[in-house]
Amino acid sequence: MSKEKAMERNFMTLQFAAKSENESFARVTVAAFISQLDPTMDELSDLKTVVSEAVTNSIIHGYDSDPEGIVTITAEIVGDTVTLTVEDRGRGIEDLELAKQPLYTSKPELERSGMGFTIMENFMDEFEVSSEPGSGTSIKMKKRIESKKALYN
Amino acid sequence: MNLQVEMEHHRNILIVRLSGELDHHTADHVRMKMDETIQCGLTDHLVLSLKNLQFMDSSGLGVILGRYKLIKAKGGKMAVCDVNPTVYRLLDMSGLFKIMPIYDNEGHALSGLEVVS
Repeated sequence: MSKEKAMERNFMTLQFAAKSENESFARVTVAAFISQLDPTMDELSDLKTVVSEAVTNSIIHGYDSDPEGIVTITAEIVGDTVTLTVEDRGRGIEDLELAKQPLYTSKPELERSGMGFTIMENFMDEFEVSSEPGSGTSIKMKKRIESKKALYN
Repeated sequence: MNLQVEMEHHRNILIVRLSGELDHHTADHVRMKMDETIQCGLTDHLVLSLKNLQFMDSSGLGVILGRYKLIKAKGGKMAVCDVNPTVYRLLDMSGLFKIMPIYDNEGHALSGLEVVS
């Protein structure tokens, strides 16, 4: 891979209503965009899972399942690295440290597992949450894709 | 809906086969279907077969843990089987294998549960 090719940039932005039927649409769309890096099946399913986690959080926690809410996903590819941001303008997270604890959930009555953040942290190389109570949450995640092509070179 | 639930009783063991995608959107449907059957009797133990499950996230973990509590409260046992590598990682990460056994296939799960029951 030449140096110019290594730093090639591409991006896309996706905006949709905070409805649960859009969760599948969101992860499939992001996966389709990322597929130009020729990821392995494992990498692709990791990415689909983290998109699903972040979008579900925005819908359930950010917007309390209010379909008027809007979720925005940006995916950026620079070289072989994918950066995903998932943003909402919902209620925000009061206590980030608590929210990140494995198995902690603010909505046990909905049978949530409390594993969303743990999964995102584990499946991605970098993971960062910024949130402000009353104005929304933004999750930024990075993952380097070990292209299948690279394995054969 | 991109999620199918197939259920079958093997004596007092309920086998539930999930195919498709288990996420927040499909979780309520799965939960309702399973609880309906569990509540109407016949079911002491539960085998969850995930052979044809193409996608699962933490919403699916919530469904599995919820059914585990339900079955356990009735004094029963629960097992999972036929888990693909991606779903396996999720189950492992959540500590699920500390509370329920995993088997290669339905046959092994059934004999495993019959031994303990």
